[in-house]
Amino acid sequence: MLEDTIPLSHYLILSATLFVIGIVGVLIRRNVIVVFMSIEVMLNAVNISLIAFDNYMNLSSGQVFSFMVMCVAAAEVSVGLAIIIALHRNKPTVNLDEFNLLKW
Amino acid sequence: MELLIFYPLAGFCVVLALGVVFNNSPVGSALSLIGMMLGLAGIFVLQQAHFIAILQIIIYAGAIMVLFMFVIMLLNLKKGDDATWIARERNLLLSVLTGILTVGILYKISDIIFTAKIDTPAILPDSFGTVANIGETLFTDFVLPFEVASILLLAAMVGAVVLAKTKLD
Repeated sequence: MLEDTIPLSHYLILSATLFVIGIVGVLIRRNVIVVFMSIEVMLNAVNISLIAFDNYMNLSSGQVFSFMVMCVAAAEVSVGLAIIIALHRNKPTVNLDEFNLLKW
Repeated sequence: MELLIFYPLAGFCVVLALGVVFNNSPVGSALSLIGMMLGLAGIFVLQQAHFIAILQIIIYAGAIMVLFMFVIMLLNLKKGDDATWIARERNLLLSVLTGILTVGILYKISDIIFTAKIDTPAILPDSFGTVANIGETLFTDFVLPFEVASILLLAAMVGAVVLAKTKLD
């Protein structure tokens, strides 16, 4: 049986990788739903590092804050998807580049 | 043992996160996202945060992804709908640069932490990550954020209903 434990930096690297994948998704995709899902990936990536710090420093505030992150994510998803439906009603597309009414 | 679980699980999460971004159909993206969230729940269990792992499955993989699937089905998005999968030309270079920069910064941060010698987990009490322990922290040190979160959820609920209504009157 392996005695070695995982260094904290590996959790942080996993978190960073997922966060960057989320950023790339937000920046390169045009489909509004997929952009939204990439934001969820980023929120999840933050939760990993919060919980890793908790585990390595014996705290519980990080877990409370990842709980708050989940609350924010739930609120964001419900409002965001309602916005997407309202947008789709006005203009039947999900291509973000076509929503340029407010663009300067 | 931990190593044998962590690295495959981390690889699985990264592959599925890439699947979210580089999938042609929105339904495929959503399914990859569900898989990624389940993998992350496994990682949370590995870090002794059992309560958060359960919440991850219930809230993310359960509630949020059902909402996503519902909206995808409602909008009737098809595979490769209106060339949504062509990288936005001006944004591609920018996003690659952003990605490299972010990886660099975060790698540097983890490097600093690596030299700061918090490599081994703290000696954890048995109550770590249990509902009782988190509940105690939540209702003593973080009462105000908790109440603010409830107001946030109420506002989101009202906002979603108002936005999804056809006519305001």
